[in-house]
Amino acid sequence: MNKVIYADNAATTQIDPRVLEAMTPYLTEYYGNPSSIYSIGRDAKRAIETAREQVAKAFGAKVQEIYFTAGGSESDNWAIKGSMDLLKAKGKTHIITTNFEHHAVMDTCKFMEKHGFEVTYLPVDEEGYVTVKQVEDAIKENTGLVTIMYANNEIGTIQPIAEIGQLCRDKGILFHTDAVQAVGNVEIDVVKQHIDMLSMSGHKIYAPKGVGVLYVRNGVRLSNLVHGGGQERGRRAGTENVASIVGLGKAIELITEDIPGRIEKVSKLRDYLFEQASKIERSRINGGRKNRLCGNFNMSFEAVEGEALLLMLDLNGICGSSGSACTSGSLDPSHVLLAIGLPHEIAHGSLRLSINEHTTQEDVEKIAEVLPKVVGRLREMSPVWNKLD
Amino acid sequence: MLYSEKVLDHFANPRNVGDMKDADGIGEVGNAKCGDIMRMYLKIDGDVITDVKFQTFGCGAAIATSSMATEMIKGAKIEDALKLSNKAVVEALDGLPPAKIHCSVLAEQAIKAALADYFKKQGIDPTPFVGDINTECEACHGCH
Repeated sequence: MNKVIYADNAATTQIDPRVLEAMTPYLTEYYGNPSSIYSIGRDAKRAIETAREQVAKAFGAKVQEIYFTAGGSESDNWAIKGSMDLLKAKGKTHIITTNFEHHAVMDTCKFMEKHGFEVTYLPVDEEGYVTVKQVEDAIKENTGLVTIMYANNEIGTIQPIAEIGQLCRDKGILFHTDAVQAVGNVEIDVVKQHIDMLSMSGHKIYAPKGVGVLYVRNGVRLSNLVHGGGQERGRRAGTENVASIVGLGKAIELITEDIPGRIEKVSKLRDYLFEQASKIERSRINGGRKNRLCGNFNMSFEAVEGEALLLMLDLNGICGSSGSACTSGSLDPSHVLLAIGLPHEIAHGSLRLSINEHTTQEDVEKIAEVLPKVVGRLREMSPVWNKLD
Repeated sequence: MLYSEKVLDHFANPRNVGDMKDADGIGEVGNAKCGDIMRMYLKIDGDVITDVKFQTFGCGAAIATSSMATEMIKGAKIEDALKLSNKAVVEALDGLPPAKIHCSVLAEQAIKAALADYFKKQGIDPTPFVGDINTECEACHGCH
């Protein structure tokens, strides 16, 4: 069996051995409940606080602004539902977001609409960017919250977060960003970028699944999403996922050690892939090249269906993902690809590869060798291919 | 999405794939917007389907069902091919995930469309044999 090339790091990542090593004692030795008084509980509590410091440091935040959750989706839900629940008393019932958010934000906004809130979904341009001007024009008397993703999960485009943050701060509107894909790939400073709330997830940065963070700036009021015990200073109930929190803390420390170096190394490999795959006729790169996550590759190949492409890549030991309807289990292809104006038939033939610093030149060369072959083979089978003008 | 070994085998090594220059009947169903198009080519001698080819634009299940369906009707009598149901194709593949059942419907429809084309070329009204064929994918919307 050949080596498997894992190029789906935007879906999830492998746990870093150093992260696992940091976690293990909290699964075996210090298993005590952090709320308990005896030493194995106190040790667990101390470890959580160390992780909180590690996260705060990565974002330029204060420790008391970091809350651990069960993942990015919970953080998004909490930020939106929790803030609007309190803002509605002040007559602020309008939310501004984009039409290409992750479902954790998009579906939460749809839920809010059902409960009487008003939502504006800003259309992104064909490269996958939203502008500050668009946000400004959408602001109304009753706007309470702007929630815009830091970087898109499918096409990797990075949004003008600092500018949007500045605008919202000037207007006295809360600003939340889903930074699940961005952490470790861009320099984040919640103070300089005027971010009021930020969501992140552990498993995208080599920590385990099921743990995340919501950063909440001091002074921002949120009602609870999870009610119960007094953990997280009474704002997020539930016995802490100690080992995973420790892992997330270690992971964020490691991934933010050398962000520029990481970007340089990974974007070089990604650009090689773009260059090689663009030689395939009737292909297109989805999303702008300029402000883009270093490991994100997204292209469409005409007359080929994405799921078939993934299966064939898998037969060649390459793991990727697609915005095809067949992989989403719904009838429509990815809302992100439709948002940047792709017709359905082109969106069905999309391929996302997300590489990282563990990807090698050898890996991308293998992908560049296999990809034209599998696209060619599927096109040979396709009744559409010969009919294209 | 969990596929059976048989589905994966027919996807990786599709039987009877390609076009056919001198086909006696050609049927095409589905559309690119939905992400599935199947085209079937039949060679017919008397009342027997002597050769079958397919071309499919679609997911793994679409390719596998096309491949399996061609195997099931190659060498069969026309009347038996007309009786081929999508259920039989699914069973022959050891099952399909629920979201992929529509692919098997498409395979059944493609064969019927190819046979209808054959009847028309013979100057015979196909409706009594084939019934109504859904060449668009409205029929599959409910399956997703």
